[in-house]
Amino acid sequence: MFFESIRMSLKNITKNKMRSVLTMLGIVIGVVSIIALITIVQGATKNISNEVIELGGNKIYINVFGTALKQGLTQKDVELIEDLDNIRGISPTISGKATVVYEGKLIENVIVEGKNEVYFKADPDLLSCGRTINILDLESKNQVAVIGDNLVKELFFGVNPIGEKLIVNGVTYTVVGTFKASTGFSLGSTNDTVAIPYTTALRSLGVKSISTLDAYLDDTSLADQTIVEIKGILNRAFNYNEDAYSIYNMGDIIESFQSIMSMMSTLLVGIAAISLIVGGIGIMNMMLVSITERTTEIGLRKALGATPFAIRLQFVLEAIFLSLIGGIIGLILGMLLAFVLAEVMGIKAPVSLSTNLLAIGFSASVGIIFGYMPARKASQLNPIDALRSL
Amino acid sequence: MNEIFTMEDICKSYYTGYEELKVLKHVNLIVYKGEFISILGPSGSGKSTLMNIIGCLDTPTSGKYTLSGINISETDDIQLAKIRNKEIGFVFQSFFLLPRLTAWQNVELPLIYSGIPKNKRKEKAVDMLHKVGLSDKINNLPNQLSGGQQQRVAIARALVTDPTILLADEPTGALDQKTGISIIKYFEKLNKEGKTIIIITHDINVASYANRTFNILDGKLSEQVRFSNVL
Repeated sequence: MFFESIRMSLKNITKNKMRSVLTMLGIVIGVVSIIALITIVQGATKNISNEVIELGGNKIYINVFGTALKQGLTQKDVELIEDLDNIRGISPTISGKATVVYEGKLIENVIVEGKNEVYFKADPDLLSCGRTINILDLESKNQVAVIGDNLVKELFFGVNPIGEKLIVNGVTYTVVGTFKASTGFSLGSTNDTVAIPYTTALRSLGVKSISTLDAYLDDTSLADQTIVEIKGILNRAFNYNEDAYSIYNMGDIIESFQSIMSMMSTLLVGIAAISLIVGGIGIMNMMLVSITERTTEIGLRKALGATPFAIRLQFVLEAIFLSLIGGIIGLILGMLLAFVLAEVMGIKAPVSLSTNLLAIGFSASVGIIFGYMPARKASQLNPIDALRSL
Repeated sequence: MNEIFTMEDICKSYYTGYEELKVLKHVNLIVYKGEFISILGPSGSGKSTLMNIIGCLDTPTSGKYTLSGINISETDDIQLAKIRNKEIGFVFQSFFLLPRLTAWQNVELPLIYSGIPKNKRKEKAVDMLHKVGLSDKINNLPNQLSGGQQQRVAIARALVTDPTILLADEPTGALDQKTGISIIKYFEKLNKEGKTIIIITHDINVASYANRTFNILDGKLSEQVRFSNVL
């Protein structure tokens, strides 16, 4: 009898094609939006947090504003931090704006950053060609530069920049390497940057002290303790004035970022779920119409010996099939939409199995929840009234 | 003789607002196996209500109705559905064939609810259509059949479970006279083969084919004394 009920339900769905399709549409839209939203939000979260992690989950940022007496950190302060237990390396940044000239082509307001070899070692994938700034450059304050992708395109169009002479604020530097193009909305984009040894920068950019410092950690789980130790050094350096500096743990930033994204994704799915509920009401509505239309049939089936359960089963199954077919169509369309959106946004957004199961499970339960009430109504029809209604 | 069912002091009332409407008043009826009975009455006499109670579609307000040894007054919906499936074969005035199902699919319907496996169902349904003389219409949809043919499909559907009673409500009401007579003659034939038949009708000609005829008027049932019986 169960297979009979399945057959009868499917038959009725295919009989009223137009009506069934329109009813399913609500579920289709609900499932499409759930799948597309979850997939895109998950993909975007993953992409962004990957980028943030690339910037360094094992990194502590130290920003120094200085005091009236002491503008920034000295070489000695930096060395003190470098000697702490959990510190793998220190990468100070000295930045300034400069005018860059190459063979008569001039660009103003270019970011020039003084870096050390630790910065380049932290990410071996940073360069597209040439070499990094190494420890020898730092010790001998060489006038060498690694330049960003946009600058390569603008200044060295059709020329291999390696070995070329670049004039930065009137001082000639030799280009030794080029940065890979940074993609997406990277926070630490190097596209418009000229990187030079920070020892050279201290001399040539007119900056006398270090104001930005990245400390790379050996063990991120000990970050909190290391921060306390760094604070101790900074407090002594700035006479216990805590306004003179700020410290950010990159790990914390990633965590809070991820929690914001997951909150957003919950919110979006909630909105999509509302559309599924609206679809469910559509199914309920159609089932009620269908039952009114088929009152005689129901009466006849009851007269022929159909139990209330058999009638209920037939109509619940019809509602489940409607929402399930809608769910599967929605799944396919949702995956397509997610794929297209991911391509447009330039992110990787694979549809996860759990998302699929969620969508299918959701649509099936919509069928059960919104199909039960009309089915119960049908099963409680009095066969006499039902047969009289013709 | 074997009693198929007994009705003792059956009353049925409906409540319309504050008023009690007595549709059946103290009906007593005993039907024996193999009888052909007609219940004759004008519309509004309570004959449909009586049919609904006999057919276990409705339960009496008071009185005792026993069908095949089961007290119907004390059964629930699920049991009633099973009794209808097993004991009663319904034939309706307007056939009530499902328009989307072919002749044999209509005939197999009650077998679905008796839980008979699929291959056996078709065999039985086709067999029954053969018996009512529709061997060549097995795969026709109801709208491809004439009124008489549709009613014969409905009769096949009523008989396919081999019910204790064949219960017909105005079976000729939607048919022309000639077709109507052929249907009644078919009932007569079935009765001769041993089937217990109850026909509810307002047509005295139809009623005259039965062995016993009851009149129902204003909710009261009385047996008609036959001219032939008097002689």
